[in-house]
Amino acid sequence: MSTTGHGGFWTRYVFSTDHKTIGKQYYFTAVVMALFAATWSMLLRLHLAWPQAQWPLLSKLFPGLYEGGVLLPERYLSLVTMHGSVMIFFVISLSLVSGFGNFIIPLQIGARDMAYPFLNMLSYWTIVPACFLMLGSFFAPDGAAASGWTAYPPLSALADATPGEGLGQTMWILAMALFIASFTMGGLNYVTTVLNLRTRGMSLWRMPLTVWTLFIASIIGILAFPALTAAAIMLLLDRLGHTSFFLPTGLVMGGEVLPYHGGTPLLFQHLFWFLGHPEVYVLVLPAMGIAFDVVATHGRRPVFGYRTSVWALVVIAVLGMIVWGHHMFVSGMSPYVGEYFSIATVLITAPFSVLALNLVASLWRAEIHLTPALLFVLGLMAAVAIGGLGGVFLATATSDQYLHNSYFVVGHFHLMIAVVTFFTIFAATYHWYPKMFGRQMNQTLGKVHFWLTVPSVIVGFVAMHFLGMGGEQRHLYDPTAYEFLRPIQWLNVLISIVMFVAGASQLVFLANFFGSLRFGARADSNPWLGTTLEWTTPSPAPHLNWGPDLPVVFRGPYEYRVDGAGEGFAPQNAPPRQPAAAMAGAT
Amino acid sequence: MTAAAPVLDRLPGDRPVAREPYAIGLIAILTTVVMLFTAFTAALLIRRATGDWVRVPLPGIVWVNTLILLLSSAAVERARAAVRLDASRRAGWWLSVSALLGLLFLAGQIMAWRQLGAEGVFLSSNPHAAFFYMLSGVHGAHILGGLGALAWTLGRTWTGAYRPTRHAGLTHAAIYWHTVGGVWLWLLAILSTL
Repeated sequence: MSTTGHGGFWTRYVFSTDHKTIGKQYYFTAVVMALFAATWSMLLRLHLAWPQAQWPLLSKLFPGLYEGGVLLPERYLSLVTMHGSVMIFFVISLSLVSGFGNFIIPLQIGARDMAYPFLNMLSYWTIVPACFLMLGSFFAPDGAAASGWTAYPPLSALADATPGEGLGQTMWILAMALFIASFTMGGLNYVTTVLNLRTRGMSLWRMPLTVWTLFIASIIGILAFPALTAAAIMLLLDRLGHTSFFLPTGLVMGGEVLPYHGGTPLLFQHLFWFLGHPEVYVLVLPAMGIAFDVVATHGRRPVFGYRTSVWALVVIAVLGMIVWGHHMFVSGMSPYVGEYFSIATVLITAPFSVLALNLVASLWRAEIHLTPALLFVLGLMAAVAIGGLGGVFLATATSDQYLHNSYFVVGHFHLMIAVVTFFTIFAATYHWYPKMFGRQMNQTLGKVHFWLTVPSVIVGFVAMHFLGMGGEQRHLYDPTAYEFLRPIQWLNVLISIVMFVAGASQLVFLANFFGSLRFGARADSNPWLGTTLEWTTPSPAPHLNWGPDLPVVFRGPYEYRVDGAGEGFAPQNAPPRQPAAAMAGAT
Repeated sequence: MTAAAPVLDRLPGDRPVAREPYAIGLIAILTTVVMLFTAFTAALLIRRATGDWVRVPLPGIVWVNTLILLLSSAAVERARAAVRLDASRRAGWWLSVSALLGLLFLAGQIMAWRQLGAEGVFLSSNPHAAFFYMLSGVHGAHILGGLGALAWTLGRTWTGAYRPTRHAGLTHAAIYWHTVGGVWLWLLAILSTL
């Protein structure tokens, strides 16, 4: 038996091939990146609430970003860009999909490790330079990229277009290329591991929904990510090789006509959103899967509609690949094409409603234990419901014409992909922390964290919808410069204040997380009385996960209240009753 | 009787671990390769529709290169046939021929770039030329990956690791090599006709 990854310090903690260590490495990397990206958003909110105010202290702390105590306009755009890019690709993707995915897939399907442990390590060590490139781009001569997380050309293709579009944007593109390479290696590993390394008896229809969602998300990633690779290569060639893939005829900069000819910026948008929209599902589907696992375990009942949920996931995955155009309703497309994208997008609400209603119905007559993990899943349901309502107006091309590029969109996508995924990251952390570190997090602090976080983010992001309806554009440096926005500036102040509360309450989480590493109560192998396989191994799970014998699976993943009572449950590896005894019982 | 009684005909062992974990990985890799070049093809079709599209005649040497790549694929198949007959040495020679032809293909592609450059056609001169340089370059990177795979199987062949009934690694390298060759035929078709 291989003992790779269990030797000295370096092979055990740094260049480890153990999926659990790699999962934790991803998680901690995401925490560090989150600290940066959250700090940037706090600076943005401070500026948006009081655009004219001066903050001399911030000038001293961030000399490149502030001048005379005021956030520079070009640096404002850099912070928006980097906040979005880092949060989506280097925080949510890394913690939810790469972090928990690596940690939990082998444990839940009864495998000793990933199918390709070395590739797994390589994928982590590909993301590390990507993180350094992203963060380091702030030190580029004219600062970090400023073209938004979508990096639309011509802005992103011309080095002199705006400060940040020089070396900073090039570093951004290279970091994204490394991210895609790393994520593809991870997806390859997930798909192969799920298909090949399930233990005896673990048929596909006995897999926990977390594994199903990560599996489907990996397939989506493998299909969608190459489009962004292609776009990134062409964007780099436009920037460095002076080609005209995305740069149209007649661009004028500084009074001079640029030599580019015939390119089309729309092409980039198509390629970007062919990745960008499925990426939403790569993040949201695992969030939903984890939510199901948490609800079943902490609600002590089988999830409602396991099979319909899986089929709904498959339909969402297929539809999610063919709706990217709804991000481009106002970019210029034939109204017929827009109509198609509109209808296809609204269609997704059907399978997604099945999924969400199954999740809600899983609470029906459940014996609800309001642990922090379950509380955050309840918060997720609220965010999905509220965010989903806003989505209806954005999916419809006619109303989107008005709402596009406004704070309505900002509020919507923060509810759907920031709140939903962050709440899942918190739920998953409270849920699996005992398995990861062998200790419990403090439950009271967890509840404090929840009750401080949930009202503030919901109020803040819902208020953004109203800002958008009032006509406030996203990426706007100073809303008070426009007279028509001044009457609703108080909304910006409100949003900033609740977001400061939300930001500060994450310190409770971090204190709980790091404090519990040392002071948390020792956890036994199955602290939540869960049924899935990760709870059959000691906490923390040892190298190679189980002793000489892998668990053998006899049952589905959610066999709670097996004898009609709330506390009765049958782990997946519990052997069936003797046929004779069962027969005798029946007669 | 409980609601959760297990179905007795699906007891343990209903799914043994597959023997070829690399086959699924290969399918995933080939999917990303095909999706990448599909995206490039879509980009070419859209870019071509914008009005300034003038097709630059491809240098004649690309046709020679294509023949070389086809021969290289054929040589890999000869190697597989040799392994099936338990003739490792012969297989090694055929694999060497195949890898050398692959290197020759890359050298030929660089020659094609130089010929185009000598005619004054560069990356930024013309959208069609930009696609030719870019697509042949990205394809060349995939050929380099394939050469790495061929080199690895060559080592395995010399050490006699492949048996007539057990040579999945060689088969996977061959499938990758043929697919990347097929991608080149596709690229050549669209670049020489559109």
